[in-house]
Amino acid sequence: MSASMRIVNGKVYDPANNVDGEIKEICIENGKVVDSVSDEASIVDAQGMVVMPGGIDIHCHIAGPKVNAARKLQPEDHRHDVHPGTPFTRSGSGGTTPSTFATGYRYATLGYTTAMEAAVTPIGARHTLEEFHDTPIIDKGFYVLLGNNIFLQNLIREKRMEEFDQAVAWWVSSTKAYTVKLVNPGGDEPWKGKRNSNVSDIDEKTDEDLSPRQIIEAFIKTVNKQGYPHPPHIHCNNLGHSGNYRTTLETMKTAGDMRAHIAHIQFHSYGGELGKNPISKAAEIAEYVNSHPNITCDVGQVMFGKSTIMTADAPLAYVLKGHSKGKWVNVDTECESGCGILPFTYQEHIYMHTLQWAIGLELFLLSEDPWRIILSTDHPNGGSFMAYPKLIKLLMDEKFRHEEMKRVNQKALLKCSLPELKREYTLNEIAIITRAGPAKALGLKSKGHLGTGADADITIYDVMDDKEMMFSAPRYVIKSGHMIIENHEFKTDFTGKLLHITPEYDKKIEEIVQPFFENYYSIEFSNYAVDDRYLHDHEIIQTGINKV
Amino acid sequence: MANENENIKIVENATCTFCGCVCDDMELHVDLNEKRITKAKNACVLGRAWFAEHTIEDAPAAMIDGEEVSVDEAIEEAAQTLVNAKFPITYGLSDTTCEAQRQAVAISDYIKGNIDTTTSVCHGPSGLAFQGVGESTSTLGEVKNRADLVIYWGGNPAESHPRHFGRYAVTPKGMFTPNGKKDRTVVLVDVRKTKSAPVADIFIKPIPGKDFEVLWALRALVKGSKLSSNIEEETGVPLETLSDLAERMKNCRFGVLFFGMGLTMTRGRHFNSGALLALATDLNEYTHFVAKPVRGHGNVTGADNVVSWQTGYPFGVNFSRGYPRFNPGEFTTVDTLSNGDADAALIIASDPGSNFPKKAIEHLKNIPVITLDTKNTDTTKLSHVAFRTATYGINTTGTVYRMDDVPITLRSAFDSPFPDDETILTSIKKRVHELVLAKHYAGGASGEAKVAAINPL
Repeated sequence: MSASMRIVNGKVYDPANNVDGEIKEICIENGKVVDSVSDEASIVDAQGMVVMPGGIDIHCHIAGPKVNAARKLQPEDHRHDVHPGTPFTRSGSGGTTPSTFATGYRYATLGYTTAMEAAVTPIGARHTLEEFHDTPIIDKGFYVLLGNNIFLQNLIREKRMEEFDQAVAWWVSSTKAYTVKLVNPGGDEPWKGKRNSNVSDIDEKTDEDLSPRQIIEAFIKTVNKQGYPHPPHIHCNNLGHSGNYRTTLETMKTAGDMRAHIAHIQFHSYGGELGKNPISKAAEIAEYVNSHPNITCDVGQVMFGKSTIMTADAPLAYVLKGHSKGKWVNVDTECESGCGILPFTYQEHIYMHTLQWAIGLELFLLSEDPWRIILSTDHPNGGSFMAYPKLIKLLMDEKFRHEEMKRVNQKALLKCSLPELKREYTLNEIAIITRAGPAKALGLKSKGHLGTGADADITIYDVMDDKEMMFSAPRYVIKSGHMIIENHEFKTDFTGKLLHITPEYDKKIEEIVQPFFENYYSIEFSNYAVDDRYLHDHEIIQTGINKV
Repeated sequence: MANENENIKIVENATCTFCGCVCDDMELHVDLNEKRITKAKNACVLGRAWFAEHTIEDAPAAMIDGEEVSVDEAIEEAAQTLVNAKFPITYGLSDTTCEAQRQAVAISDYIKGNIDTTTSVCHGPSGLAFQGVGESTSTLGEVKNRADLVIYWGGNPAESHPRHFGRYAVTPKGMFTPNGKKDRTVVLVDVRKTKSAPVADIFIKPIPGKDFEVLWALRALVKGSKLSSNIEEETGVPLETLSDLAERMKNCRFGVLFFGMGLTMTRGRHFNSGALLALATDLNEYTHFVAKPVRGHGNVTGADNVVSWQTGYPFGVNFSRGYPRFNPGEFTTVDTLSNGDADAALIIASDPGSNFPKKAIEHLKNIPVITLDTKNTDTTKLSHVAFRTATYGINTTGTVYRMDDVPITLRSAFDSPFPDDETILTSIKKRVHELVLAKHYAGGASGEAKVAAINPL
């Protein structure tokens, strides 16, 4: 059991409860924020400091088969960035794909206490859960890849939508996932079965009966109908291609007024002609998001330097391999997904990379509702989560932004509006895009705020002018009421818990899935669903509250 | 059927952990009175032997220097031995669960030791090649559903992985291979005509030690380069045969290259694996092509995964500086033993005492060795502390990774009187961590740091 604690004298930023920089006491008992504690509670003096809920990463790649393949692939990425242990914490290695222990501790050192792994194959769920058990401090969950699932596509093709609803719920429940993830829906079959080709349009039929739009629509409908806490998490078709903003707009339009989350939207906001250099369409995308409260998105900001591309969008990774000319991993998962992995570096002098960097910033700065445009780098695709403090500085400090602009490709800056944007984010807005916003989008009612009953996941930063410095090193990090970091030092270890949902389904669906399984999978049906042994500490987030 | 005196339990969809195929369709008939498996339906000849041989033997659960002791005494002795060593090594891990492997890496981390797995003596070179060029690969179900060209290189699955042909790669009928073997062309490349040869439509026999040259020639042909006329003299394979194979590879719909230790452990080693992986990658310019090492031990793939997610590196990892470092050739076990570096060893589910080079075994005899094994082995015989443990997948649940990185869950068939590896290793880890923390406090750590660890991982 965790101790009771009283945080005093701190400037509190708790946007969900309309607290904007007030000096306010926060009391903690049994891992939760409470109204008051006894006089015996330990006192944390936050004089001259900022108190925020723990950060929440709504979209990152931190555990599971593809992440581990990327770790194995890059000893050179770990070697220069070692992560020593302490008497209380395990050692590890860093780089853009840190080991599990380093991942958990490093999120904590930024003041983040929750992170969602954004793409896991159903057959890889066990692997992901095992890694989560070894990912300390933070709470975590994952989105299960269903958009290229052949069985589910067959149901859509045959218009068996009731069975589709049941089958989706079965898959999500059986894998202990948090929501469904679609990645380049419809693109796997051309890649695996048609000599590495791809779909190029949301309405292109991948065979006589099925287009990406039909897949997207089916998932949005079922998830909204069942009221998952987080809507389908969608990686649109045509990622990275010039002119793809049309696909992105069409994907959002497909949702109508139903909830949908568009992942790393920066990578989907490009104008121009296919095959030529892109131009920014951030304004068009931001306008659509601004005026449609049913849409949430995370940005997927590009940060210059080393990254690792890892995606279920295998054709995209192959295109990038053509540019990087280096090592490349492709992994096909039976009936479920593709995957591509390669080391990558974003460079200031390259037109494309500068434009990507600028479009991400434009999206943040053009957003009229910070609750729905959430901070991410699509770690490690756009850059490591360790770059978040620098990204926050770019948003909060216009002067710094202009300094940085001097170092980048100037032609690219002419094709976007970034140089003209004066806006600077406030601390309250930062608290929204890194805490309150993602919690709301995820339907995590006890996270992202500091009201009574909230999880006692709290970060306390020294106030500093240099916001990168400030957000790099919180003085205190409290997780589930435990003082994890005190005066910048780890004081204890903590496992964190799994967040998952258990949508209900009719058991009969298993009889329909099983024959397909026996024919086309290479493991036995009864060994597929993940049993409760793979849960460590866990919390089931309720389904059905947001039903439409 | 069972008579009245028998107490037979049937376990369906149990998993065989003998080889890297990790077939999970076993129907085990268990005689609960006799504590043994009487029948393993669907198992191959190797699997049947694996299940039949793992009975419960009458033996002490723990021994120190050959004398029976309590498990607790043995855990204390093991922990003290490891914590007091300057260069403790951990080795084995490929025949136990991921749950046990996770504990083993934790122990090595806390004692700032060295950890390595049997990968370093089997597909280690493939791991190095992977770091160099990457890999286009797939799960085995994708091969079953799609592959119309299946190439085996330097392996003999008919004898080492008997169900590989029937369950995954040659005869099964899949989504786009409805006629099974009729829809596939099978090629075997090996230096001798093994028992796997009859399954192949094309058999290619290079001169021993010339695999790299053959692979490189194929890469050239695939890219349209001309080869020198003496290629047959050099490799033992006629130019027409190579050209024909290159064309088949470029024109198939979904091709796969499976490779074994005939490639990784012969002249060229990781260059050979790298050439093969590069060939598969090159072919993706023309069609869809994947490659896959055919892994041996039941959970050697799990060991690679666990060590990678905890340290960033797949094998040959050293923690002496307080963080993981990777250096095969220095931190691999044959080397830490042969060079005389190791001064204590924790050997888990492996028998280096019988199969390592002589120099390494000689050193193993001179240092305190702690073993966890289900049987008496040459290594347990030379051990200072020996634990007798339950067999994974027969007496325990847990997780095993198939050769294609697919995690598969285990079902226990019957209970063993011996604790499992995970239980022993978790106890050693806890004790080791206590001892390490005690040393830390004794070394004058500040009062503030004396906060006890809640929930240590």
